[in-house]
Amino acid sequence: MQPQSQAASRSLLSRFTALTDAFAFPLRTSHYLELVNPLWTTHALQAKVVAVWDETADARTITLKPGRNWRSHRPGQHLRVGVPIGGMHYTRTYSISSAPERNDGCFTITVKAINGGRMSHHLVRNIKPGDFLPIGVPQGDFYLPDANPVEPLFITAGSGITPIMSMLRSLVAQERLPDITHIHYAPHAYDVIFGQELAALAAKHPRYQLHLVYTREPGETTAEKRHFSATTLDSVCPDWRTRDTYACGPQGLLDAVESHWRNAGVSRQLHTERFRAQVAAAPSEITSGTVLFANSGVSAASDGVVNLLRLAEDNGLNPPHGCRMGICHGCDAKLKSGCVRDLRTNALLNEVGAIVQICVCAAAGDAELEV
Amino acid sequence: MGMPTHLTNAEIEEFGREMDAIRNEVMDSRGAADRAYILKIIRWQRSLALGGRIVMFLSLLLLPASTLPYAGWPQFVGVLALGAAMLGIAKILENMEIGHNVMHAQWDWMRDPNIQSNTWEWDNVCPSDQWKHSHNVVHHTWTNVFGKDPDIGYGVLRVTPQQRWEPKYLIQPVTNFFLNIWFQWGVAVHDVEPDKLLSGEKSIGSVKHLLRGIAKKAARQLLKDYALWPALGAALTVPAAIALQLDVAHIALITFLWIAGGNAIANLMRNIWSNVIIFCGHFPSGVQHFTKAEVEGETRARWYVRQLLGSCNIGGGKLFHILSGNLSHQIEHHLFPDMPSNRYPEVAPRVRAMAARYRLPYNTGSLTRQFGTTTWTIWRLAFPGGRVQASPA
Repeated sequence: MQPQSQAASRSLLSRFTALTDAFAFPLRTSHYLELVNPLWTTHALQAKVVAVWDETADARTITLKPGRNWRSHRPGQHLRVGVPIGGMHYTRTYSISSAPERNDGCFTITVKAINGGRMSHHLVRNIKPGDFLPIGVPQGDFYLPDANPVEPLFITAGSGITPIMSMLRSLVAQERLPDITHIHYAPHAYDVIFGQELAALAAKHPRYQLHLVYTREPGETTAEKRHFSATTLDSVCPDWRTRDTYACGPQGLLDAVESHWRNAGVSRQLHTERFRAQVAAAPSEITSGTVLFANSGVSAASDGVVNLLRLAEDNGLNPPHGCRMGICHGCDAKLKSGCVRDLRTNALLNEVGAIVQICVCAAAGDAELEV
Repeated sequence: MGMPTHLTNAEIEEFGREMDAIRNEVMDSRGAADRAYILKIIRWQRSLALGGRIVMFLSLLLLPASTLPYAGWPQFVGVLALGAAMLGIAKILENMEIGHNVMHAQWDWMRDPNIQSNTWEWDNVCPSDQWKHSHNVVHHTWTNVFGKDPDIGYGVLRVTPQQRWEPKYLIQPVTNFFLNIWFQWGVAVHDVEPDKLLSGEKSIGSVKHLLRGIAKKAARQLLKDYALWPALGAALTVPAAIALQLDVAHIALITFLWIAGGNAIANLMRNIWSNVIIFCGHFPSGVQHFTKAEVEGETRARWYVRQLLGSCNIGGGKLFHILSGNLSHQIEHHLFPDMPSNRYPEVAPRVRAMAARYRLPYNTGSLTRQFGTTTWTIWRLAFPGGRVQASPA
């Protein structure tokens, strides 16, 4: 009976909020609650940073207390995290590293500062307890099924350990740790995120087999040879073909793993989680390309000079617009992928979700727009 | 009058390039400080709005019937007026420094999903989508062009002798007064263009969807200020009236009326203030108007020149600029409509120096001068004739 009464009380609450929202129109009650505590809002989910902890020299675990409307995650899932850097809102996706069994209402993400990563650097270096971050709800299908896999194989590298860590912690909390083989790649021993916890886990639970592979000698800067290889896999885990495999890590590792599993004809046993770069290459000079107007499905060849509004109109579309000179923002459209150039300043826009004034922008190479 | 004749086309194009350079420089430097500014203004505005309504409720404790110490009519009315003023200032901030500027896409660059021009709705009976059309598209593109810019007298006022006199303008001092106190309703029907409706240029059928939008928005605005908040205030007095064995219905009724009155004062404050500031933007003496022929094939540079000549600034302090939504920097706003408003003060001296260098007028003055000449123009031009005023140098 409990879920029903819960649903009833929620609908009563939503009816009450609908009434109080009429007092707050055109805003909502939530906008005023935000003045008191940003975690009480319902119009935009936020989380408060309650603690930060350095795992390694360049990886930090951030403990977040989510606001109302949060729902618990399944171990392995990720969420979107927003951060304003230089006044601009950036969104990236991070795996949750804590177990859902954690009972203080908080969860953690573990972020590694990657080279040239504006957002990861900001999260690792500048975020402090007391800050608020806009977040999304947990998403993704990279999680352990309720029917626990009997003999999972985990293959991770670098910060790809985070979703697997959530799974391991959850399995331990539920006291149903199966026979696990875990291969983890890191440059050096001191770069292993959660190194001590993993070692302690391996020491305590003989069913958990941890194989750490260090890809670099101390002082070495590059070493391709110790990355994923069929020989290592066969020696560490001879029965890999029959195991449910969960892999997370950089593009190179996942590509290698995927092709290896595909060649063995056991792709169905493999589950991967990858976070693609959300930024398209920005060509240095005027480039022709194909523009896809996603709402209508119309695609058009662009010479890289003609503005996108004109291009759309020449191809039979009639997107909303106003001044045709870049002042009224009546034609603003979202960039879904690719790159566009502002004809006034030659500035390039290549971030997914960027707002494009189509009357004064041309495609730079291929582009896809919500028009 | 009209486009300047002392500049060659090449000089005008150079003027445009310099304007673009200023624009690009400022737009490239937008950052965390600008974000902090708008978030702070929004926080202040929401706190003032809520605070004002709470103060109005607290003033009820000072109703003489409450028998509390310090209770009495003057004290009650004073505190109620304070609450109404707080709410009025909140509405002014919301409509001008926040709403108007957010809807101009000045803050879209932050990519903050909660502060976006395409989703923002303001505390005004005018629906934001209609405003963005009549204001951003029509007025900002065709600023001060006869037959194109409906903001030249809003179809009901004769604000320049270049508009042909008609007998309907005789009553414009009266029209002007009512437009002033009911300004948000004038703004609401702006996109409908009631003057064209009356003259038969537009059919009622063609604006039906606009009227429906206005009715829907206005109903919710009126419900909030003149039913819900007063009713809540009245409801709060009921337990006290019962405890004090007073006439419950009577106390509730006068509370309802006083709170509704306080809200009306707040709306009136916003109407008068926004009307004064906005009329000072394009109507003061010396402002220039243009013909359709003059803007035929207009380049971006010539558009800049037109914006400069067709707009007027008002001098004042920092708080004045914020309360006017930085429309006291109307010239800079018209040159760079999507630049964050907090940057206009730093751009203004550069624009003014450029105007001087190109021997172009830069129309600025005190609020008294700008509003005085605006009002005088409206009174004078109710009658036939009138002379085009030269621009102040």
